Amino acid sequence: MTEITAFWIAIYIAMLAAFTGYVTISRVPAILHTPLMSGSNFIHGIVLVGAMVALGLANTPTEQVIGFIAVVLGAANVTGGYVVTERILQMFDRSGKKPRKGA
Amino acid sequence: MADFSFAIEPVYIATIFFFIVGLQRMSNPLTARSGIVWAGAAMLIATLVTFFTPNLTNIGLIAIAIVIGGGFGYIPAKRVAMTNMPQMVALFNGMGGGAAAGIAAVALLGPTTPTSSLAVVGGLIGAVSFSGSLIAFLKLQGWMPSRPITFTGQQIVNMAVLVLAIVSGAFVILQPASLPLSVNASLPLFFILALGFGLLMTLPIGGADMPVVISMYNAFTGLAVALDGFSFVTPNYAMIIAGVIVGAAGALLTLKMAKAMNRSLTNVFFGAFGATEEQAAQVSGSVKAIEADDVAVLLAYADRVIIVPGYGMAVAQAQQKVQELTDLLERRGVRVKFAIHPVAGRMPGHMNVLLAEAGVAYDHLFDRDEVNPEFPSTDVVLVIGANDVVNPAAHRQGSPLFGMPILDVEQAKNVIVLKRGQGKGFAGIENDLFYRDNTRMLYGDAQETVGKLVQALKKL
Repeated sequence: MTEITAFWIAIYIAMLAAFTGYVTISRVPAILHTPLMSGSNFIHGIVLVGAMVALGLANTPTEQVIGFIAVVLGAANVTGGYVVTERILQMFDRSGKKPRKGA
Repeated sequence: MADFSFAIEPVYIATIFFFIVGLQRMSNPLTARSGIVWAGAAMLIATLVTFFTPNLTNIGLIAIAIVIGGGFGYIPAKRVAMTNMPQMVALFNGMGGGAAAGIAAVALLGPTTPTSSLAVVGGLIGAVSFSGSLIAFLKLQGWMPSRPITFTGQQIVNMAVLVLAIVSGAFVILQPASLPLSVNASLPLFFILALGFGLLMTLPIGGADMPVVISMYNAFTGLAVALDGFSFVTPNYAMIIAGVIVGAAGALLTLKMAKAMNRSLTNVFFGAFGATEEQAAQVSGSVKAIEADDVAVLLAYADRVIIVPGYGMAVAQAQQKVQELTDLLERRGVRVKFAIHPVAGRMPGHMNVLLAEAGVAYDHLFDRDEVNPEFPSTDVVLVIGANDVVNPAAHRQGSPLFGMPILDVEQAKNVIVLKRGQGKGFAGIENDLFYRDNTRMLYGDAQETVGKLVQALKKL
């Protein structure tokens, strides 16, 4: 497959992904907006794998420095995003600490 | 090390599958918690398998960077109080944007390819998201004044910076021989201008609009990640798909929020909220204070009570006391509801999260549209640290708030406003509500005041 074909396939995929994101969010109740925003913040932490490849294939010191910073930032996005989302969602857990009447 | 590079694509496919399942589960209160666990597990295996990328060097550096970044994310996220979560989302979103900008920079340092223009756009969006999110973080954290920061000719300056950033981005790709600008010169210039634009774009936005802005930058980062996915020799489909999903979902969420505030996105980003200061608002009447004991009596003998929580409740950490108050009142047969304005607090759903933390059941929480018709038949409305979302000025033409859908609390028989002092709301606008005949002000720290109400109720 040529590079150009791969490019267009990626565009097709991106279009379908856009619909997936749209449909997933469109049915969400307002109370989950904050956790969902935080959750999607975690999911774009996939930038970490790109940063790892960018640093791993870096040749010059400049590329290494920028790549290193990118991995640090990406890793912070991933762990921070996960912990924040987890903590927010913990509060929605009704089976846990305090079961409430009429819930 | 054994060669597991064959596993990369299958694992990435599984990662995307679990991301989508995770998001799906996060859209339902009952399954939400497992959703993040699924997504988290997927992220972990994706990270591990990436170490087997062919020809990968600097593996030690990568590991060190992950440990540093991971600690930098983990520690504050664990320690910060629940009320400060919105700015943490802004902060970590900025980190992701910065990482995306870095990947684009590395790609652009190499030879120009057909996808370089995508890297330029990705770099631009990522850098804007980075600096913009950091400003949003500083404003929400209170390390920077949250009021809109404006100066004359600001929009012209902003536009000029954006245009210059795009032009320098074009120079990076085209490297015109007629100009003595090498990649080494135009690339840093491009990123400085892009970062500058994100900063300038966020400065004039007031704290009241921050939820929309954070959501917007969240979508930006997603888009930047997706564009970066193209910049590798073989496209990184995991980045493209995950990035586009976040971009689309974030954009929709942003529009939903802006709609709830009845503000167009152009207005949010270029309107400088509150800059069109109302010509000496004609507020007649006076503000009348009340004591906690009197409020307790009022509440105890009411049939229907609606509580309107706002950011003030979050700051004072009063949600636990509010929950106690609710329990006491319900035991006396008072029907208590919570009216949640979509943008109360600093993020959509912020109040829901805090009240859920305190143990208030979901079926007590009502949206603006559900609860607004009920105010005229309500005996007492308790406004706890909310201001702009209950300001009837939104119904008056000429007010900067005009058109924003609000909770019509002024229609209730009695309105008690719990407030720390006599300051204005986040939008910096005088609140007509406080001057109404049926409004009484209960001054003091929300946690203390609600605590006093609880004590007084117990004695009754």
